[in-house]
Amino acid sequence: MLTTVQDSGRIGYQQYGMPVGGPMDELSYRLANLLVGNPEGAACLEATIAGPEIMFEKEVWVAISGADMQPQINGKGIRNNKAYLMKRGSILSLGFANLGCRSYIAFSGGIDVPVVMGSRSTYLTGKTGGFRGRALMEGDKLMLGEEEAKPLTGNLPPEIAQLPFATGPIRILPGPETGSLGLEALKSLLNSTFAISMNSNRMGYRLEGAVVKPEPESSNIISAPVTMGTIQAPAGGEPIILMADRQTTGGYPRIAVVASIDLPRLGQLQPGDKITFEEISLEDAQILLRERIKLLDEMG
Amino acid sequence: MLKGENMKIYPAGDMAVVVKTGSDISPGTNRKVRQLLFALQKQAIQGVTEIVPAYNELMIFYQPWVVAFETLLDRIDKAAVSLEEISLPPARLVHIPVSYGEEFGPDLRHVADTKAISHQDVIDIHTGTSYLVYMLGFAPGFCYLGGLDGRLSTPRKENPRTRIPAGSVGIGGDQTGIYPLESPGGWQIIGRTPLKLFDPDSTEPFLLSPGDTIRFQQIDSQEYQQIMDQIEQKVYKPKTESL
Repeated sequence: MLTTVQDSGRIGYQQYGMPVGGPMDELSYRLANLLVGNPEGAACLEATIAGPEIMFEKEVWVAISGADMQPQINGKGIRNNKAYLMKRGSILSLGFANLGCRSYIAFSGGIDVPVVMGSRSTYLTGKTGGFRGRALMEGDKLMLGEEEAKPLTGNLPPEIAQLPFATGPIRILPGPETGSLGLEALKSLLNSTFAISMNSNRMGYRLEGAVVKPEPESSNIISAPVTMGTIQAPAGGEPIILMADRQTTGGYPRIAVVASIDLPRLGQLQPGDKITFEEISLEDAQILLRERIKLLDEMG
Repeated sequence: MLKGENMKIYPAGDMAVVVKTGSDISPGTNRKVRQLLFALQKQAIQGVTEIVPAYNELMIFYQPWVVAFETLLDRIDKAAVSLEEISLPPARLVHIPVSYGEEFGPDLRHVADTKAISHQDVIDIHTGTSYLVYMLGFAPGFCYLGGLDGRLSTPRKENPRTRIPAGSVGIGGDQTGIYPLESPGGWQIIGRTPLKLFDPDSTEPFLLSPGDTIRFQQIDSQEYQQIMDQIEQKVYKPKTESL
């Protein structure tokens, strides 16, 4: 269980080794903010596997998107993907996710924690950003921004909130080293089933299943930048999908990259979940991405 | 394939491209990375959100709904064509004061013994050359430095330490560097700098940038403490010069 403050991520500092951070499921994060009428990059809570119990000391609109953690207000069940007005003294409580992994809790006005290098995202390794650089604990008090709330009335189109829970293969593109070191490795990825290992967290997911090795086997590359969704093939044979808190550079061959459209699906995976991969062309991946952005823009 | 230069472009997924300027670690290859970075920053391409330099490549992050892949390739091409004509701003030399040995450098003796030279020899060689900051990565503020004299190359510790204080200066194989954050690590720790390579609360959180050059400067424990005090009072200014 891990609840942290996240906004859209820290941009512009990767050249100094500073990770981007931000939400593991960006789509659900955006939906939660949209529902309470927050601007796009507002800070909210990301809850992992199970969610917190929160008491409200002032009137606030709240919305939850992502995994269904059976949210309740004052003991009465409510739904995800809808804005609710929390009165003073009311209690929002979340339980365990019964599908998916992460929920995003957005509050009108956004969470007001100090901005560090342009972002309110939590950088756990460096103990900076977010709420005092750490996960939230019992007794913590969050301040919210003062902007007037303009929550979305009515419901979201139901399909959009379900997108991070889509089943089917995860779509990948070849990576920068696929041509030189990774053709066999890419084939192994495309022809096998993998499970998310217990050794997985916000930095990255290790995949158990087929052995995926670069050729020659001992290949490392000169340290190079990476993206979220980059799949590395270390010599040990267990591929790694880099996620939100990844280090900014890596020395393992980059043999594939997950299509951006499927990154939210990765954010909803738990250790033990099984995945397969299929290849998508750059052109198709970008067409789908443009369509998704258009859909979100129309809702805002 | 880019015109005019021996560079290769690869997509890195659907929201980034990689431009490789060479296949080695060398000042020449790295210089091309920085020239291309400079040229692209000047172009200020709409839809490009971030550019990250490394030893021999540049990663360009972009939003394909703002700038199309083909258009981006075109703009990179244009930037690459006249690379040699690009004069980079003068490089910065930053002096890094280091207190060597004793409590700050518990492995200085080991390095000296391994290389069969004296403690002061290790220090003189380490401080006697300048180092290029090729890139940053691995952790915020961690610099990949080039130029360690081969006389100081020492294998990493067989049993890494669980806790290395921030500012520790070490040698690991052919590399030398400074730990910006407290972390576990296997490098041979020969000294410590009072400077903060990474200060998230500062208006300038990073002391060093890719393309800087550094020189280590030996100081004693008294001066170390003086600099620490100045840093705490926010009055310390690192010694820098233009190259």
